[in-house]
Amino acid sequence: MYLYDPIDQRLVEERVAQFRDQTRRFLAGQLSEDDFRPLRLRNGLYIQKRAPMLRVAIPYGLLSATQLRKLAHIARTYDRGCGHFSTRQNIQFNWPRLEDVPEILAELATVQMHAIQTSGNCVRNITTDHFAGVAPDEIVDPFVWAEVMRQWSTLHPEFGFLPRKFKIAINGSVEDRAATLVHDIGLHAVRSDSSEIGFRVIVGGGLGRTPIIGHVIRECLPWRHLLTYLDAILRGYNRYGRRDNKYKARIKILVKDLTPAGFAEQVEAEWAHLKDGPGTLIQEEIDRVAQQFTRPAYATVDPVLRKQEEVRYDARLAADRAFARWVERNVQAHRVAGYAAVTLSLKKTGVPPGDATADQMDAVADLAERHSFGEIRVSHEQNLVLPDVPVRDLHELWGRLKELGFATPNIGLLTNIISCPGGDFCSLANAVSIPVAEAIQRRFDDLDYLYDIGELDLNISGCMNACGHHHVGNIGILGVDKNGEEWYQITIGGRQGAQAALGRVIGPSVARDEVPDVIERLIAVYLEQRESEHERFVDVVHRLGIEPFKSHVYDYAD
Amino acid sequence: MTTLIKQRRIASDGWRVIGLPNEPIAGPLPTEGDIIVPLAVWRGQQAALLGRQGRTGVWLEGAEDPAVLFSSGFIPELIAVRFPTFTDGRGYSAARLLRERHGFRGELRAIGDVLRDTLFDLARCGFDAFALRDDQDADAAVAAFDEFSEVYQAGADRGPLFTRRVEGTPA
Repeated sequence: MYLYDPIDQRLVEERVAQFRDQTRRFLAGQLSEDDFRPLRLRNGLYIQKRAPMLRVAIPYGLLSATQLRKLAHIARTYDRGCGHFSTRQNIQFNWPRLEDVPEILAELATVQMHAIQTSGNCVRNITTDHFAGVAPDEIVDPFVWAEVMRQWSTLHPEFGFLPRKFKIAINGSVEDRAATLVHDIGLHAVRSDSSEIGFRVIVGGGLGRTPIIGHVIRECLPWRHLLTYLDAILRGYNRYGRRDNKYKARIKILVKDLTPAGFAEQVEAEWAHLKDGPGTLIQEEIDRVAQQFTRPAYATVDPVLRKQEEVRYDARLAADRAFARWVERNVQAHRVAGYAAVTLSLKKTGVPPGDATADQMDAVADLAERHSFGEIRVSHEQNLVLPDVPVRDLHELWGRLKELGFATPNIGLLTNIISCPGGDFCSLANAVSIPVAEAIQRRFDDLDYLYDIGELDLNISGCMNACGHHHVGNIGILGVDKNGEEWYQITIGGRQGAQAALGRVIGPSVARDEVPDVIERLIAVYLEQRESEHERFVDVVHRLGIEPFKSHVYDYAD
Repeated sequence: MTTLIKQRRIASDGWRVIGLPNEPIAGPLPTEGDIIVPLAVWRGQQAALLGRQGRTGVWLEGAEDPAVLFSSGFIPELIAVRFPTFTDGRGYSAARLLRERHGFRGELRAIGDVLRDTLFDLARCGFDAFALRDDQDADAAVAAFDEFSEVYQAGADRGPLFTRRVEGTPA
């Protein structure tokens, strides 16, 4: 955890006071709806279909047990006992009262949290790998850099009113678990030949109405220049990004219009003025931020004892198939021997993906304290992670997670669905998402069948804004409106990670009750065509193209 | 009535902005009095402007490139940047360029949709004068400059917090 110093703390408190005054003026009729809207949005407050929605920032997806308990308290006191973890590692409350929001923010500030820039046309929460710091394939721990950027972006005076929202993701491992290629800016922390930390800079990726994979504009930017280079990118975007059409206002359109090479040239020209200026990072600051992070004090276990533990653990795996399955899917390797990272699946059938009740949050906070040094991560796949669990605790933890409904062994499988809140909550949506996710989960509720299908990402968005990342799902489902009716367009072949690709539409959209059948037919083609069980669904789509899938889905319909 | 805030105080204003979008310039420019003219007029009529009795400032839209002011001719003592709506953030970049790139030291005035809620950021980008939108509470607006006691980033007003942290001099 990054621990606030007195200045960090004072700043969030001053932001609460500022927003409290703005809300007071709005409620007193001294601030018009038109003036208040952009101001409240900069603080994560939407007015939704049924009630306001407050999005609380979870910087780079990192939470302490204390913070999670506070979120539970807020869910219980100001909401209807539930919160929704989003694909940007944040949490959303769907039922707060507008007049309570300043108080909620004040409560958040007591645990070093806030809702600053979780919405609005500004730099949003910076996201990263949910296995940061613990992944065996990590090159650079991204947390320190994510925090440095959090501070840089927080209340940035120049970039508070950009043409459109702006999302930055950073990844520090071989595997890209932060979807960096589909962000406005994606950063890969790398090491140069001389082992200096640098960043590969990718711009102009994004989903939404115009899905685009980002372009590399710098292979290795030395770390000192990170913030001045970001300033150069943002300044060019702020000045030249389109403001006449909100659907063409994201930086990806500017990059496309100028061509990536042309955009890179513009950035370099601007950066020539900023390089080595006051914003240039210094080693002392990096060290200071690193020291403000608490780190787990991993135990060194006597080798003989460890051997005994391993034998016991292996015996359990062999004896208990359900436990072994859960370990196979939901437990990930750790860079420290004797530890593992555990993913808590928030994708149980019948529960909206990413939802957790106040009681569940409290229970997870307790488990984090008992088994994981009091730390929790939120993943962009809308699950929670206990990052530092001793292997000897796994069996006990599994038992507790089963009671909580968080042990569904489906990480990486078809039912680990990413879904936006959809038409049940969101006023932008064309169609519902959550009931569609549930219908699919019910259809694929047989675990043996699910395991046979193997790795498959299925993502659902209720509209073009693509909050459910449907473009990068191996199977993507997009809700569309046809003359006031809900229909669903299906794409296949999308994927996230270092080989990110956008899915292709298989044909005309289908009615809501047909969606599970369509998915089943896609799976049937895959199972018939795969060369072995090691060839995943997405591999078969890329090998054969969409034709065999398309014809089976639509011939069937005729 | 538009209130002007200058150097964090309510100030009287002798300047008149002319040529705003809904008030096209009719007839010749006034020769007397202090006026703020559009960038196009500034660029097209420099000789006439130099012969005026009163002082002349220039205003530009956030979308216009401030660099053209420094490419030829004389530099005005007052530059205003217009915000068509307060959510159009281009004027913030224009201000920083004027101060930090071009070294402009004269009065830099925010005009148009200027709200008390944006004063803090505007000031950080180098504005030192603010012609508030008519409905704004001027006394409350003056207090907005103190909404935050510290700032993280480098701006036109000061360097980044991390430098002050190292020096042990944060606010």
